[in-house]
Amino acid sequence: MASNGSLDSAIPGGELSEKWTNYKSKANLINPANKRKYKIIVVGTGLAGGSAAATLSELGYQVDCFCYQDSPRRAHSIAAQGGINAAKNYQNDGDSVYRLFYDTIKGGDFRSREANVHRLAEVSVNIIDQCVAQGVPFAREYGGLLDNRSFGGAQVSRTFYARGQTGQQLLIGAYQALEKEIAKGGVTMHKRTEMLDLVVVDGHAKGIITRNLQTGEVSSHAADCVLLATGGYGNVFFLSTNAMGCNVMAAFRAHKRGAYMANPCYTQIHPTCIPVSGDYQSKLTLMSESLRNDGRIWVPKSAETAKKIREGQLTAADVAEEDRDYYLERKYPSFGNLAPRDIASRSAKEACDEGRGVAKTGLGVFLDFSDAIERLGEDTIRARYGNLFQMYEKITGDNPYKTPMMIYPAVHYTMGGLWVDYNLMSNVNGLHVLGEANFSDHGANRLGASALMQGLADGYFVIPATLPNYLASVEPGTVTTEAQEFVEAEKAVKDRIEKLLSINGKRAVDSFHRELGLLIWDKCGMSRSKDGLEEALERLSEIRKEFWENVRIPGSGEGVNMELEKAGRVADFIDFAEVMIHDALDREESCGGHFREEYQFTKNDEDVKSGYTNEGEAKRRDDEYCYVSAWEYKGPGEKPFLHKEELEFENVELAVRSYK
Amino acid sequence: MNLTLKVWRQAHANDTGSIETYPANDIPEEASFLEMLDIVNERIIEDGGDPIHFDHDCREGICGMCSLTINGVPHTKDSGITTCQVHMRKFREGDTIWVEPFRARAFPIVKDLMTDRSAFDRIIAAGGYISVRTGSAPDANSIPISKDDANDAFDAAACIGCGACVAACKNASAMLFVGAKANHLNKLPQGEPEKDKRVLGMVRQMDAEGFGNCTNQYECEGVCPKEISADVIAKLNRDYAAAATREAVE
Repeated sequence: MASNGSLDSAIPGGELSEKWTNYKSKANLINPANKRKYKIIVVGTGLAGGSAAATLSELGYQVDCFCYQDSPRRAHSIAAQGGINAAKNYQNDGDSVYRLFYDTIKGGDFRSREANVHRLAEVSVNIIDQCVAQGVPFAREYGGLLDNRSFGGAQVSRTFYARGQTGQQLLIGAYQALEKEIAKGGVTMHKRTEMLDLVVVDGHAKGIITRNLQTGEVSSHAADCVLLATGGYGNVFFLSTNAMGCNVMAAFRAHKRGAYMANPCYTQIHPTCIPVSGDYQSKLTLMSESLRNDGRIWVPKSAETAKKIREGQLTAADVAEEDRDYYLERKYPSFGNLAPRDIASRSAKEACDEGRGVAKTGLGVFLDFSDAIERLGEDTIRARYGNLFQMYEKITGDNPYKTPMMIYPAVHYTMGGLWVDYNLMSNVNGLHVLGEANFSDHGANRLGASALMQGLADGYFVIPATLPNYLASVEPGTVTTEAQEFVEAEKAVKDRIEKLLSINGKRAVDSFHRELGLLIWDKCGMSRSKDGLEEALERLSEIRKEFWENVRIPGSGEGVNMELEKAGRVADFIDFAEVMIHDALDREESCGGHFREEYQFTKNDEDVKSGYTNEGEAKRRDDEYCYVSAWEYKGPGEKPFLHKEELEFENVELAVRSYK
Repeated sequence: MNLTLKVWRQAHANDTGSIETYPANDIPEEASFLEMLDIVNERIIEDGGDPIHFDHDCREGICGMCSLTINGVPHTKDSGITTCQVHMRKFREGDTIWVEPFRARAFPIVKDLMTDRSAFDRIIAAGGYISVRTGSAPDANSIPISKDDANDAFDAAACIGCGACVAACKNASAMLFVGAKANHLNKLPQGEPEKDKRVLGMVRQMDAEGFGNCTNQYECEGVCPKEISADVIAKLNRDYAAAATREAVE
């Protein structure tokens, strides 16, 4: 296969603040009359895919759009609660494009690309305009203007929100725009359809192979380029806040066809989720980070008191103020409970590892609103968080107005993903990757309210401007599904389905997924070590072997077969986990969501002695690891090959990340 | 907990279908209803059977995919929650639970408890949007909207498109769904220019899809997991009447 092996990030020249403007001024364009000759495949209908498909159709391209759900409106962007950042500075509190850029770079622990992040901050303001015009009902003040709130990792209020359903409202906006284009005939929508392979012809992505989940039909789709907006790989952990169907298959199939997988070890563990209660559990539920604006996180100072709470002998109310440890406020006085997600999560783990956890399982900390209720009144708290409190009560049976919530970190978002250049194009020509599925903007840790921003930036504003640059270099409609590459890929997909169905073993797919998830959570979750990762690699090959010998998939490939769907996804998660572990092993430093136990600040470090940071904080090694890891697939069971994209920081100074 | 399930099984759209009985033993009461079905399915699979198929995705009450009629009520008898938010602690030891799909002519069954709700997408495509070409929007604060209007629009916009309103209605009417979208967009100044076109398009599509008429029983409001008020139906009727009149006159 002739994909180019180099890693040219294609960052335009000039001053940071002028790169995007200059790029747009000089980028290639496609004549309006020629746009309709180009066919674009968009896989995924979340914020990135939905907005891209709608916008590209508005521009005049022919779009073929795919989603596995029964409607494009159900993509998992819908579950985002808290908000979307934009550098509007409507609050007059000192925000600017530069500040949003800087916060995002720092929040990402200096492992993202300056130029991409600056572009993101620039277009953030256009997103809010676009969404308001579509009728997204953002929160407003009494004067009729838009309201904002603050979020983790920022000291300004730049987050726009729509109660606790911001993702839903933004997605419905994009979905409605998409339906409008479907009605006009610009978009052909393929629902309940899953991408099972990427087709590359002469080094260019020219189409995909899909399975219709309703009829079971496997078919080929040719186009002039392929856009993947298929989300993250959080479900490799089995338990996560992702939807049940979220999977890595499309991205991993592209990886097997030559696309590099970048920074897969960067996963975000969100600090405020409802703790696990038992083995039967199928997913974890996030409580919006916005709760940390008014809720105070604490555990008892003593492990003995915590034990009594776990055993039901004491309640939170029985613990006197002086016996409580508001550990985020203590360790990070200037950010307090609004410390970034990676830091808040690790601190919760530390408290629980010390035996001070308060949930029955020992894995939970309090998120307490009693001070806020006293200060602001129950009605104000209800107006801000009512639906979240209600959701918590539905799941746990406890009333958070009366007793503190219990929370624990859970897998939520994946910063890693397919490698892309400034154009959002992968190293495979024509294969573009948007939203959570790419790696580009969040470095090693994503700040709150930035996922919605990135998804919509990529779909509404970036790809419509960068895609013509690629399309102008290719003749439209040159490849059809008759091509040998399509025939072979379609056969390979059908053979794999046959193989899965023929195993006829004893264990259900979910039992493998659960086993995989526990292993990855244990060895490649909130903290990692060389020994643990090496052990995980060995266990992984055992799980893979047993899966292919002993999985049981009832039924046939015809019609609906949800076990077959899950089996294909879990098989890819197992293979994907291997790349993830190799990446975590290679990165011998701690940064953002990747915490290597061997690399943390100790009391002998200068920055600890000076009081700038604390013992136990993540320790980056900028001199050796200031690069993007981009892994090339080398065949089944082979170690992937590491390509490095060195990160260059011309505008910010790499600093030890301190939120004290 | 030990329970008995009576579940609608239907191999495909053209199959007649029937109720089958399954034991659901040793179910933890902290489990959700769908997790209970996961446990039952894992046992069915390991015993060599075909698992019970149902739609679900986010499992946190927002995607609108889960769609079971539990003991005769779409989602559940408790108000304001989706199927995936039903927890087993709400049932009693030894209960028999009836599990059926969302039934409506416009929602054909795909398999077992899965239905095809594409009709809702087509209704949105017929006018449930505000046309705004990407990049052409004015500054977001250039159109002030009173907090009350924004809140009203939001209450309607909370719809998750699950279709419980249709399944609960004896006529399988989609008026709550259509009313919610019309009210969300018609309430906002941005939605004003396309208001008439929107309601005419959506209502006509709704009729074409085979949904029934509203007879003001408000079962829809009772089962709506987002507690959307049936007031949206009255407002839709008003907007439709005005639009149809203007259309006839012009």
